[in-house]
Amino acid sequence: MTNTMSMESDCKMSPERRRLIVATAALGGVGAIALLKPFISSMMPSERAKAAGAPVEADISKLAPGQMITVEWRGKPVWILHRTPEMMAALKKLDPVMADPASKNSEQPEYCKNEHRSVKPEILVAIGICTHLGCSPTSKFKPGSEEGMGADWQGGFLCPCHGSMFDLSGRVYKNMPATDNLPVPPYTYLSDTRILIGEDQKRA
Amino acid sequence: MASNAQYEKYKSNGTLMGAALEWFDARFPLTSMWKQHLSEYYAPKNFNFWYFFGVLSIVVLAIQIFTGIFLTMHYKPDASLNANGVPVAFASVEYIMRDVSGGWLIRYMHSTGASAFFIVVYLHMFRALLYGSYRKPRELTWLFGVFIFFCLMGEAFMGYLLPWGQMSYWGAQVIVNLFSAIPFVGEDLSIWIRGDYVIGDATLNRFFAFHVIALPLLLVGLVVAHVLALHETGSNNPDGIEIKKKLDEKGIPLDGVPFHPYYTVKDTVGVVVFLMVFFAIICFSPEGGGYFLEYNNFIPADPLKTPPHIAPVWYFTPFYSILRAVDWSWMWPSAKLWGVIAMGASVGVFALLPWLDRSPVKSIRYRGPIYKFFLTLFVISLFVLGYLGTQPPSGLGNLLSKIFMFVYFAFFVLMPWYSKIDKYRPEPDRVTFK
Repeated sequence: MTNTMSMESDCKMSPERRRLIVATAALGGVGAIALLKPFISSMMPSERAKAAGAPVEADISKLAPGQMITVEWRGKPVWILHRTPEMMAALKKLDPVMADPASKNSEQPEYCKNEHRSVKPEILVAIGICTHLGCSPTSKFKPGSEEGMGADWQGGFLCPCHGSMFDLSGRVYKNMPATDNLPVPPYTYLSDTRILIGEDQKRA
Repeated sequence: MASNAQYEKYKSNGTLMGAALEWFDARFPLTSMWKQHLSEYYAPKNFNFWYFFGVLSIVVLAIQIFTGIFLTMHYKPDASLNANGVPVAFASVEYIMRDVSGGWLIRYMHSTGASAFFIVVYLHMFRALLYGSYRKPRELTWLFGVFIFFCLMGEAFMGYLLPWGQMSYWGAQVIVNLFSAIPFVGEDLSIWIRGDYVIGDATLNRFFAFHVIALPLLLVGLVVAHVLALHETGSNNPDGIEIKKKLDEKGIPLDGVPFHPYYTVKDTVGVVVFLMVFFAIICFSPEGGGYFLEYNNFIPADPLKTPPHIAPVWYFTPFYSILRAVDWSWMWPSAKLWGVIAMGASVGVFALLPWLDRSPVKSIRYRGPIYKFFLTLFVISLFVLGYLGTQPPSGLGNLLSKIFMFVYFAFFVLMPWYSKIDKYRPEPDRVTFK
């Protein structure tokens, strides 16, 4: 009953009325889409989340060579590793097996874009988040197969999630799921033993 | 109200119940819906064991919704630390387990129910592969089913974040970061999903909102669409033939029986057996040996330390293996993006099945050896990939997952050819019993 009625009225509808209906529906659609905007942007980080992330200070006076501490900055682990001379020597040998040995495509402040990726050569500061999918790699500092790595392992980090390997400068090995080196955050030395993470070095 | 003539069709036998029903039917299609979907829905009479899993999926959905409601009465989606230095969300789950009366049962029904959901859904999907249930004219039923599967994966993933344990946190970290592989918008998209630059309180709260209301609503809607589409075409059966082609003089399929009471009663037996197994697991092995609830998830989330071995829950591991297997880049996308594409494709490819299968017959009973060979390989690849996904990355595992990823995709990609050239036996006119 209702079907036949609507069919009849369809046939009789003037083109002008049809145009008006289409225009009304289109305008309504635009309005509905515009209304989505505040809902979508409500899911972006809030003003409070954006404001968070003050620099954090770390004391490295007790950090002996070969030791590492982790501090939290913007909810992420930041590693501070005191590399031994042996570790530093091993790093040089690794250049040929690194995906990006000179850290050209990697994220680091200008003052850390050097051979050892740090301000003080022996102190590495890096964000301990794998550039693949964001797990925090595990330290495997002992060279050789002692920690379950290959016999030619020079010490470094292994991501437990997808097996990406990094050296002690946070540089990623070739042919790993991760393609970028670990990022180095901006940091500055407040004194010889105090590092402020999250703030750029003052230019001298 | 309607005229007298129209009212005639609601006339009853005059008893009090009959009069009540008459009053109701004149205002709501109660009896007609009952007839359409139950007492006069004619299902093929040769359903076998595999046909229990559809109704079992609905039973598990009901269990999840029911237990979920009671869990939300005590659970708190809050990542901040309480006075003891434990995240509030984590502590509230422990509170449910230890202090809420019967809380352990409700929580274990829900967490074990998640795994049970995937078990019955995977078996339900396998049934479709066996008997060609996805084929014309049931393509839409299948597509709604595939969307239910996607929705279920989202539901399981978001639900797993809520206890705010180590696996919750790092699992979410990895999966949300998958989106950052998408070119141009990826980084912003993953920030938008998290609501923060790292997985945090904002993420926990929105996942709670999606898990308890947005996705369940969608899921229930899709289930209704799935069943309505099925009831429009009628059910397939183990012979893969259309029972509507052979009708009696009243237009009822000769090989059909009314769903109610024949299958409601039969399914009740299946439900009872299922519940026996389900509650045995809940009472004796609720964590499923670390497969249903991973041991690392009993440690509160620590954003500074990834557990030494992280793996998703078993139902995601085949797809996770495929993600890990792709570690080479080709053309401009990075290895990471290809991994995400491969994983997405491994799930999404199910939607294409109705159009990939070119066999003249539907059921495996009448298909030739090639389909059986490929289906067997596909099931083996699912198990191998599933196992590898639970294991830490290794050289051999990586090689095996690459090989079996190709086997997995070969089942789908080569189907248009092998299903066409395969031998087949003629289908019978009427359904058979085996």
